[in-house]
Amino acid sequence: MGYVAVTGGRQAIEEADQLIKWYRLKDMQALLNPEEINNQMRLLVDRVMGEGGLYSPEYAALALKQAEGDPAEAAFLLRAYRSTLPRRHYSVTVEPSNMRVIRRISSSFKDIPGGQLLGPTYDYTHRLLNFNMRHEEQAVEEFLRDYQLQLKEESNSNTDVHLRKVVDLLREENLVPNKQVDEEEPFDVTREKLIFPSSRSGRLQILSRGETGVMTALAYSSMRGYGAIHPTIGELRVGYTDVLIPYPFGDEDDEIYIGEMMLTEVESINGFEKNEQGNPEFTLGYGLTTGQNEVKAIAMAILESSLETEGSSPTQDEEFVLLHVDSVESNGFVSHLKLPHYITFQSKLDRIRQAKKENRNEVRPKQTQ
Amino acid sequence: MSDRAYNYAFLDEGSKKEIRRATLKAAAIPGYQVPFASREMPIGRGWGTGGLQLTLSLLGQGDCLKVIDQGHDDSVNAVSIKRLVTACSDIETTEDSELASLIQSRHRVPEVPLREDQILVFQVPEPEPLRRVEPQEQQTKRLHAEKDYSSIWLRLYEDIVKWGEITIGADYPSLVNDRYIFNPSPIPRYDVAKLHNAEGLYLFGAGREKKIYAIPPYTKVEPLQFDDYPFEVERFDGLCCSACGSQNAFLDEIFDEETGTKIYRCSDTNYCAKVQERGGYSDGIGTNV
Repeated sequence: MGYVAVTGGRQAIEEADQLIKWYRLKDMQALLNPEEINNQMRLLVDRVMGEGGLYSPEYAALALKQAEGDPAEAAFLLRAYRSTLPRRHYSVTVEPSNMRVIRRISSSFKDIPGGQLLGPTYDYTHRLLNFNMRHEEQAVEEFLRDYQLQLKEESNSNTDVHLRKVVDLLREENLVPNKQVDEEEPFDVTREKLIFPSSRSGRLQILSRGETGVMTALAYSSMRGYGAIHPTIGELRVGYTDVLIPYPFGDEDDEIYIGEMMLTEVESINGFEKNEQGNPEFTLGYGLTTGQNEVKAIAMAILESSLETEGSSPTQDEEFVLLHVDSVESNGFVSHLKLPHYITFQSKLDRIRQAKKENRNEVRPKQTQ
Repeated sequence: MSDRAYNYAFLDEGSKKEIRRATLKAAAIPGYQVPFASREMPIGRGWGTGGLQLTLSLLGQGDCLKVIDQGHDDSVNAVSIKRLVTACSDIETTEDSELASLIQSRHRVPEVPLREDQILVFQVPEPEPLRRVEPQEQQTKRLHAEKDYSSIWLRLYEDIVKWGEITIGADYPSLVNDRYIFNPSPIPRYDVAKLHNAEGLYLFGAGREKKIYAIPPYTKVEPLQFDDYPFEVERFDGLCCSACGSQNAFLDEIFDEETGTKIYRCSDTNYCAKVQERGGYSDGIGTNV
């Protein structure tokens, strides 16, 4: 019969499964321990937790190993895992102002209570590729030993740092809106499809789960001229916050501590607007990410304040921003083009062939004149 | 499936409830896109998560599942989806569209008409027919509510002015129950007539866009057309399947490496196999325009 219809889909997939395993392992010298990914690649772990919407450094590290380091695949693994997990508790609102801070800066004020704490940051490193890191065992040993000694010597003082929010200082001067705490239950995008116009809580949730790269690009566009928002950072803080759940067998106010999580929080200060009383007030932006992911937190603050403004630039269009920042959705749909589209294409072929016929019919009468 | 025990058919009961409620609402309002809290699945967004969520929330003991992609049972994505479903349930599968109680399909309707006891689940990339002319969901929602479909009619008119015909290929916008215009998913125009006044239930799942909609049995489905520019289906004039001889089935165009020529084969591989078994072209099986 000449042509035989292609079969073997199942075998092809099984072979593909073997092949990716082979490619992951064939050149290995030492099997990757997911714990070491967590220990020595924490910034990638932090990013993947945020995009996956699940705070679990351990599982994020495992996902990164499974995905051969692809952050989009790793975030996808986490999302699919958390998707059907039962919800046993809802925590008490996490309070970043009570954060055990490891880094805290303000670009708006030089002198702030507690000072500028640079903390662990790559901001002022010189981006010189360090070839010594290929064989650093001895240097590492020496460094750890010496630094740990140094830490012991300094450990007499209380090492926990708690700092007042910079924005609270502005609040005291009435330069920043003094809002009542909004007790309304936040919109949960994982339990309800987001509708437009969206609520602020829905927007913040989408942005907090957004892909770092796309959010950075969009925020950049807003700063460069395709938008209204180019803020100063009132405060950027990184540190550990307590997570508490209500204690079911106690009084209303009883809570149980279940652990801590590292967060990056940014409060940005935009321009000023007239408030209801006609007085000028700064408008603020807010960004929050898991772990230490500063560029995303800043981008988030820019985007969420941009969405509060009216205008024609892309970052002021809430559907444009909120519907395209999700890594799982964007990667999925762009990648889906790899699926067979024979039918849609056949359909299109039919239309173009018809259109060509129409074209010839139209041209012919002119030629006979 | 892994170290962790998953619920029957992967989804937790709460998720199934969410999806079923949306499905009931969809069946009650033919062609209306019901928003639902679409769950992330182990397959990619855009790869059938909507269809998959419908299938997983409908499956029960005694069901028999068929999964196809472009009409083929053995297409990699269909196989992948089937593997996922069987890994998390004890469901029986089949390639025979007449034996299945539930068929999940990407972009084709089987040639053998659906019976009353069957459900066909479509995978939908873009549930919104007006997205061709309006990017914003907030706007398209309002347009549907106000039954303001002038924009899509204008788009069809502009096609005719520019090309002499309507150039929309698959996923042809159609009017349901004289009320909502909908996207039938990228099935060929050839398949749209199968939705009209059918015996079976057609469900549409858009996982990434988070919408479910339905064409219940015996519902009016009319592709958009003008009186002087009627709806046209794909034509295979003078062509037939080189394997079974069918002239009344949607055909795949294939380049045969050996002979260096174009040949045609039934897109619905199960239908083709049946016709071949019966010894050649049979008139009675498929319904066609």
